[in-house]
Amino acid sequence: MLRIEGLKKTYKTGDKALSDVSFEVPQGQVVGLIGPSGAGKSTLIRCINRLVEPTSGNVLLNDLNLPALRTAELRRARRRIGMIFQEYALVERLTVMENVLSGRLGYVGFWRSFMRRYPDTDIANAFRLLDRVGLMAHADKRADALSGGQRQRVGIARALAQDPELLLIDEPTASLDPKTSRQIMRLIVEICRERGLPAIINIHDVVLAQQFSDRIIGLQAGRVVFDGPPAGLTEDVLTRIYGEEDWTAMRNGAAEDAEAEAEDKAQAEKMLRAL
Amino acid sequence: MSVASVETPVWVHRTPVKRLMLWAGWLGCVALFVWCWERMTQRTIWAFVWDAPNAAADIGSRAFPPRWSYMERLWAPLWDTINIATLGTLLGIMMAVPLAFLAASNTTPSRLILRPIALFAIVATRSINSLIWALLLVSILGPGILAGILAIALRSIGFIGKLLYEAIEETDIRQVEAISATGASQGQILTYGIVPQVLPSFYGISVFRWDINIRESAILGLVGAGGIGAQLNSSLNMLAWPQVMLIILVILGTVIISEWVSAKVRHAII
Amino acid sequence: MSTAYPTTWRKPPQMIHSRALRIALALGAVVYLVLAIGTIEVNWARVVAGMERAQRFVAGFLQPDFTTRWRDISNGLMESLTMTFTSTVVGVAISIPIGVGAARNVAPRAVYLVCRAIIATSRALQEIIVAIFFVALFGFGAFAGFLTLTFATIGFIGKLLAEDIEDIDEAQAEAIRATGASWLQLINYAIQPQVMPRLIGLSLYRLDINFRESAVIGIVGAGGIGAALNTSLSRYEYSSAGAILLIIIAIVMMAEYSSGYLRKWVK
Repeated sequence: MLRIEGLKKTYKTGDKALSDVSFEVPQGQVVGLIGPSGAGKSTLIRCINRLVEPTSGNVLLNDLNLPALRTAELRRARRRIGMIFQEYALVERLTVMENVLSGRLGYVGFWRSFMRRYPDTDIANAFRLLDRVGLMAHADKRADALSGGQRQRVGIARALAQDPELLLIDEPTASLDPKTSRQIMRLIVEICRERGLPAIINIHDVVLAQQFSDRIIGLQAGRVVFDGPPAGLTEDVLTRIYGEEDWTAMRNGAAEDAEAEAEDKAQAEKMLRAL
Repeated sequence: MSVASVETPVWVHRTPVKRLMLWAGWLGCVALFVWCWERMTQRTIWAFVWDAPNAAADIGSRAFPPRWSYMERLWAPLWDTINIATLGTLLGIMMAVPLAFLAASNTTPSRLILRPIALFAIVATRSINSLIWALLLVSILGPGILAGILAIALRSIGFIGKLLYEAIEETDIRQVEAISATGASQGQILTYGIVPQVLPSFYGISVFRWDINIRESAILGLVGAGGIGAQLNSSLNMLAWPQVMLIILVILGTVIISEWVSAKVRHAII
Repeated sequence: MSTAYPTTWRKPPQMIHSRALRIALALGAVVYLVLAIGTIEVNWARVVAGMERAQRFVAGFLQPDFTTRWRDISNGLMESLTMTFTSTVVGVAISIPIGVGAARNVAPRAVYLVCRAIIATSRALQEIIVAIFFVALFGFGAFAGFLTLTFATIGFIGKLLAEDIEDIDEAQAEAIRATGASWLQLINYAIQPQVMPRLIGLSLYRLDINFRESAVIGIVGAGGIGAALNTSLSRYEYSSAGAILLIIIAIVMMAEYSSGYLRKWVK
């Protein structure tokens, strides 16, 4: 169970990302968090596991107040909160299996993780998860050899390897095509049902949010402006959340290629400068 | 080009003020050049300069053919040269890696004390050529390949350290964030989030530096730090031009081979 | 749910897949290291004696003496700086036609080969070795140093410039060619705007490198601050040597800082 009370976040630049957000997520509920870019969706999710430090307010996970924890306690708390990222955030140069096993980092000591000697049960569990997300055959491939949808499946397996009590999901479909997006969302929701996991999915695609969540929370300029069932998302409500129109810039393949090439050049340039 | 274009009926390449400044800049450069040239050549003996073509022809005629039989005395110093470069690179890497992690703003444990110290160490070792380090170390440790290895290592610290800390600073924070979200400790974040990302550039940098070090170690012998440069020095002192010729050919060959090896290895790794 | 999953997993080798080759390489590396380290001969008595000098050097570095040898230092510094500037200017000026000539997409084949040969020679020969020859030919002093640095600059800038020209956007060159432009107009309109910012950047790097090199070639008699450094080290005047080294470090740091600033300004 997750309870958020009066959560506020003001960045050093003075930007008020969140002002007084409160809500509660019961066991097994999938919450879709929608809102325009800059509404504070990412900040909200990151304030829960303190990748971003909240300015004030309480985040209670099973009666444990996360903002009050010290570093070591926070690490213990984080390992029970699975997180799935926008653009996957896999460690691209490690194998798929290592990425899944990295979900166990909070449970094993430094040397064990350094030597890649995880307990038998962790490894068996990692294989089971890979099987569940349909990537059994890819365990030994490097993460950057996979397609977008496959990478996000690895991301899901990594989060589940943590044996989480809560899933935080940040724009899981941001760089996927519509069909793969649906497959990924379906997989996430199925898994939440199987395990009775509560989840907060930060998503900008309203149709997907409506189709897959039990409840929608609409965020606008750091405030909750809608909280209710998906069916309650009328045109009126959407205008309240998004304003008149919403333009979300998408990155395309050509831009990425150009970027990679520029990076190569920058590398050569740096070698020169160090001579 | 992000210059905002202003629509004017008369097209001029540059505005008059800009043009004037450009001309003034060029004039300043020319004046500086002339002054520098005067300063520099104050003590030049022009007779030597005009005689240079004759001297070149003279040395050239005496240097050919190279004294091939001298080769048997060169194998051992050549082996030393390669060892100086390789061991020096390894030692440099061992010192540069921790320094790079101290110097990178996202991994440094102390931003106010250790980071500036690490950055200064990197700049200082990088500014001073390995031959100068060798000069210094020979006067401290005595002649021999140990001085050479340390000289190469010291110069490599700055080079590898600089490139590596920049690579560490450029790692993708999303990957690091994802690892911290699993509840990983600092050490685990380093080994899982950062190290895999910088490993390829690390290999590339190391091999590149090894290639440069082969060139540099070939001449360290001039100041007594071991390797083939010592033979070059004594041959020069004896004005034994055919031997000098041979040594230079050997150095050239080694440099070409090392460049080829380093290109191959870098290609295989990345 | 009853399928049994494996309980062990080993990371597959990433680079070399043959086990035998991996073991052979590891063994080879160990053998090489043992042999190489075995060639180091250390005269411990000499090292112990040297430790006292090391201490004096560290002390000299911490308490540098700028005054005693100031005449030598300032003369050497002046020579180094003038040599650096003139050689960079002349070197860049010469390397522009050579760089254009060494670019496969704009130069005829014969010119290309000649220019590439010049660049290869300049790059393969160590500055120090070149300096030794120029000192032998032109006598001791800054002029030999100037020629050495110019020669080295040609190889450095020429190669990078040629590569840059080969990498230019062909579409722009084609558009200019389509207007019926001559070869020189092509260079001026299609090539120059594309490579100019980088050429300026490269020249600034080379200025920085030339200064550092100018501190070294003095050791073999080609003038500059290296000569002063060599003298003070051979006389064991570590506080003067420390002063010279600090000056070199300061100038390199300044050059790096200001060239970064200049590059931003040029862009």
